[in-house]
Order: sequence, then structure tokens, then C-alpha cells
Amino acid sequence: MTNNKPHNNGEQRVVALTGNEAVAEAMRQIDPDVVAAYPITPQTELMHAFADSVANGKVSTEFVLVESEHSAMSATVGASAAGARAMTATSSQGLALMWEVVQIASSLRLPIVMPVVNRSLSGPINIHCDHSDTMGCRDSGWIQIFSENSQEAYDHTLIALRVAEHPKVLLPVMVTLDGFIISHTMERLEILDDEVVKRFIGEYHPDHPLLDTRNPVTVGPLDLQDYYFEHKWQEAEAQLAAAELIPSLLKEFAAVSCREYDVIEEFEMDDAEMAIVVLGSTAGTTKNVVEELRREGKKVGMVKIRVYRPFPAREIARALTKVKVVAVLDRSIAFGSAGGPVFDEVRSAFFGSGVSPTEVKIVNYLYGLGGRDVKHSDIKSVYNELAALLHEGTSNGVVRYLGLRAPKKEQIALELEEHQ
Amino acid sequence: MRLKNWDELPVGVKILEPGNSEEYKTGSWRVNRPIFEAEKCIQCLFCWVFCPDSAILLKDGKVVGIDYDHCKGCGICAHECPDKANALTMVPEHDKQ
Amino acid sequence: MNQETETHVEQDLLEVRWHGRGGQGVKTAAMLFAETAIEEGKHGQGSPEYGPERMGAPTKGYTRISSRPILSHSSITEPDIVIVLDPTLLENPDVTEGIPNDGILIVNTNKSPAEIRKEIRLGRGKVFTVNGTQIALDTLGKAIPNTVMLGALIRISNVFDLATMEKNIVKKFTKKYNERIADMNVRAIRRAYEEVQSE
Repeated sequence: MTNNKPHNNGEQRVVALTGNEAVAEAMRQIDPDVVAAYPITPQTELMHAFADSVANGKVSTEFVLVESEHSAMSATVGASAAGARAMTATSSQGLALMWEVVQIASSLRLPIVMPVVNRSLSGPINIHCDHSDTMGCRDSGWIQIFSENSQEAYDHTLIALRVAEHPKVLLPVMVTLDGFIISHTMERLEILDDEVVKRFIGEYHPDHPLLDTRNPVTVGPLDLQDYYFEHKWQEAEAQLAAAELIPSLLKEFAAVSCREYDVIEEFEMDDAEMAIVVLGSTAGTTKNVVEELRREGKKVGMVKIRVYRPFPAREIARALTKVKVVAVLDRSIAFGSAGGPVFDEVRSAFFGSGVSPTEVKIVNYLYGLGGRDVKHSDIKSVYNELAALLHEGTSNGVVRYLGLRAPKKEQIALELEEHQ
Repeated sequence: MRLKNWDELPVGVKILEPGNSEEYKTGSWRVNRPIFEAEKCIQCLFCWVFCPDSAILLKDGKVVGIDYDHCKGCGICAHECPDKANALTMVPEHDKQ
Repeated sequence: MNQETETHVEQDLLEVRWHGRGGQGVKTAAMLFAETAIEEGKHGQGSPEYGPERMGAPTKGYTRISSRPILSHSSITEPDIVIVLDPTLLENPDVTEGIPNDGILIVNTNKSPAEIRKEIRLGRGKVFTVNGTQIALDTLGKAIPNTVMLGALIRISNVFDLATMEKNIVKKFTKKYNERIADMNVRAIRRAYEEVQSE
């Protein structure tokens, strides 16, 4: 792209927006019935931008200012159960405070879309980016879509609504964007026409809404030992249904935007011997490094996970089983487990794939916690260590920290498998 | 009644039949039961207003008896019935025969 | 980027780091430069740096410009151009940190480039100065030098021409404020463009 013409015959506008502004623009185009708002850095400007749209009459949203994030999610759940298209947004401690109600949103099968501007969980208090907030909710039943840049944050917000509201899914969706790195950084993106968005998201037909008083229902009842398990299994099945349906919804989006997305993104993976698995903005930095190393003739590639829940185990296994060494980058720690959550799940994906996890050497790098900058040289060092691993054949299952000040060469001695 | 499988249940734990709490008979929870004496009743409707289980039966706007399928025997009706009427008395459940 | 392989010029990437004090418009300048590039058909990335700063505390901004999509989200460690909005910040060593041998330093000051180079003992790169604060006072009536410095930046970086920058300023500032303020800013930029001094 070297000019201002967007991809598809001028039906899109090229704009310069921060991640927060891009998501707020998507929300303006969605024009949800209800938005509950409570500020937290770095989400605050997202709500400011949307509040502007409310104040200037650009949307007809009922904008509810609540007194905490617990209330924000409660209000959103109530509105959604009533039959409204309801949204809210948060980060970090806000998501943590909502945790109780987050589980309820998914078990009640409410199609809420919530942008989460990724910020580290306290303590200590830190306002910068890492993925500990959304990773903390990975078992909540929500669908989770991770964004690399402002364009994806905008696109994913629209796609999320279609995923959430699909009658076979009916699950809430978190759309993430990296705090400050994307949320506050102005980038170039293409915005769809208002009418195109309206057509894409369509009309919302709520399932048994509370406000349909001709057909009264009970929402949120008590379950005893005889039915709880079946209800939770139904919720689990909805994630499986989502896994089946998301690719076709992404194709539908591609048709109107000319941006083709899949649940994972493979970059230079065709003949790659060494690969990095990564989520979020670091994927962009990694792509630059891959381009540079490819010019030097190194066979490196990258797999970015876009849809983290439902976890694309099949696609990950397919993308990685041809590779010889893999580094999984985690921007959060799964305390008490070996390494990070993405590492655990990527390794698991190999089981049943026909390729043993010990045939492909997989290592974990914990990085970027609390907004620690990820330099090109950091990513390069990962590929260098993968190259060493490729030829020397030791150190399987090791967990390393990238960019941590530690006494022993930034490496903790956690050798999980000592033999091949 | 056979317990349903997960795929036979409404989505999102909704209960689709309105007012089906009526089917859940809580009368078996009783230890004491109210006895209604119609000839003493002054039709003030206090018992009907205060009953937490809607177990006071009305017909044409007049109290006619107790819904023993749902009455839990809390005794609020007998407590609220004015002294000058005294139309509701609590007796132990096992006395009924 | 790796200096051993390609320079930024070869990569078609311009990286700018801005230094100022909170309230001097560092964030606005960094973002405005990126925004203008994007509106002119290039790719841009503008970001402020966030910490516990308040008004008056040293703060930074970053801008990347390229004709190709900008994928990297790492911070800028080897800026092609460093712009300093407040000369009192020159005492901070991080102002010149990472400037490569062919890098450029632009300072808002009434001193000459040679004097500045001597003052901060900078052995490399090129130094430019412009009396941004005075120009701002003359044209805007306020000592806020951020848009002024854009004029100097454009002259030196050649990312786009002055007319383009002026057009964008007029569009943006007329919408956000009014025509009079837009005009004042155009005059400010023009003066900085003409008055920036090289060594």
C-alpha cells in the first residue's frame, strides 16, 4: 500500500487513529443499545472517544456510568439479558474486579462484546501492557480474540459481534489490544463505510429476552447437583461450535473488507525450520525480524494466534509439526505451572496430532511483563537460540525469560526433560 | 420424570415456562400447618397479603382456604390474623389425622 | 533496527524521537507528524511515552514514517532524528542516547548549532537549531513550540513538502479551533522552515 486507496474500490476510508479510537469508531458504527462505562488506564480514552459519539448524538446508545467494573459488567449482563445489544470495556484490575460477573455472562450465554485493553495485573501496580488480565479469564467461557494493531482491533470488534450473536454460539467475546503499545499509538488503518458495517453486523434477534413480557422467562436460576454439569457442558459445546463457525465468519468479513483473517496467522512458515508462536503487538515486531533473517537466508517463521479461545489446537499442530524448533512467547506467567499459558496449550496441541511433542523441540520465553519493551534484538536472540537448539539438540521444555535481569544469563534452571 | 441430557436444555440456563415454581411442591417442608375457620373470618385479607408463599386461596375476592401443596407452615398468617377474628390456628402437622 | 545490515534509509523508515516537558505538546507533535504522513498516503506510527509524569516533567514521543506498512511495535532505540522542544532538557543524557553517526539533532533554542554541540559535547551526527519559542511567541502569542518545530523537522527530513504540512494544519486546526488559529500555526511552521539553522 503506497497510496491512500484502500483495498476495495473506495468503500473504506484511510484514517490515522490510535487503537482506542479505532475501537471506539467500531462501537460508533455498531451503535449498541447499552454501554456501561467505568474508566481504567489504558482503556479510558476508548470510553472517552465513545462518550464523544454519545454526547454528539452520533449514536443512540444508552450510556450508563457505573461506579465500578463489577457494576459495569453487571449492568451489561442485565441489559443483554433484557434483549439489548450491550457492550463495555476494561483492562487489568477492572477485569479482575468483574471476574465474578464475567463467568455469569458466559453461562447465561449473552452475546456481549468487550474490548479489553491489555494491562498487567497488580501487584505491583503497573499500568503497562502484558496479557495477564485476559489470560486470567481464559477459562471463563468467553471467546478471546487478540489484536496485533489498530486495524485488527477495529476489525475484530465488528467480527466479534457476529461471532457472539451467532445462534449456535451465543457466547460473550473479549477483543484485546495491547495497552499503550496499540491503544495509545496512532497508526494507519482502513475504516469500513457505516452502511457496510450495518449490513455486516445485521439486526440483533435476542434469544428469549426478559423484556418480551408476552413470553416471560426466568434468567439466572439455581441449579442443583442434577443439572449443573449438563448446563456447563452445553456452554463448553458452544465453544466447540464457535471453533467450527468462526472461520466462515472471518471469510464473510474478508468479503467486505478485503482483509483475510484466519484463527491463526502463519508468516513465512512454508519452509520454516524455526518458528516463534506469539500473540498481540509483538507479532508485528517479530514479522520485521523474520523478514530481516529471511534476507540472510535463515529459514525462520512466525505463527500468531488470533483467536485464543476457542484454542485452535488443530491449526497450531498443523502449522508447527513440520517445524523442528519452536519458541512460544508468553506475555504472562501461569504461576505454579511451568512457564506461560500459551506454552502449555501449544505443547498440548501436539498430542493427538500424530507428532510427538518430543520430536519438535519447544521452548518457552516469558517476556514483556509490565510493559517491558520488546526489542528487535530480543526477538533475534530467540531465533539465535532456536538455531543453536536445532543443531545441538538439547534443552527441550526449557522456560526462559526474555529481557529479565537475572544472575544466570536470563535463564532459570527449569529443565523439564533431561533426555531426548 | 427422566432427567434431560445437556442438548435437550434451553440455552443459557433459561427457564422457559413462566411461573413454573408452582410445580415445586413445598408443602412437604411443613412441621406445623394453619387451620382456617371460615365462620370466624372477617375477610380483612391480611393473611393473603402477608403470606410469603401465596398459599392463601381466594375465590371471588374472599379467603376460602389454604394451598397445602405450597404452604410451608411459617405461621405468619395466624400471627397477622386480627385477635377479634382469630380464624387461623397453627397445629402440628402430625395432628392432622 | 539492526545497523549492521541496513540503514533506515535503505529500509525506507524514518524514526523520530521527541523530547519535551509535559504541557509543551510533545504528544500532539509526535502524533500529528504521523497523522499527516498517513493522510498523505504514507504509513505512520505516533506514540507518546507514558509514566507518572505531570506538567513540566520530561516526557518523550515517538514517530515512525515509511512508505511501507510499519509492523514493528518496539520502542525506537536508534532515532534518525531527535527533536528537543525544551533546551533545559539537554542536560539529560537520554536526549542524545542512541543517535547514530548519521543521526540528526534539532533543538529549540536561541543558540547556534555549534554552541549546542559544544555544550552537550556531541561528537557525532548533525545539529540544527531554531528559535522555536520566539517564533511561537511572535506568531501564536504563546510559548508552545510543538507545531513550530514541525516546520524545522519537515525542512530537514523531507518526508513531505511544506505545502502539504500547511494544508494539513489548516484542515485540522480550522476544524478543531478556527481559521485564525490555523493561520497562525501555518505562519509559525513557515518561519521555522525558513529559519532553522544548520552548522
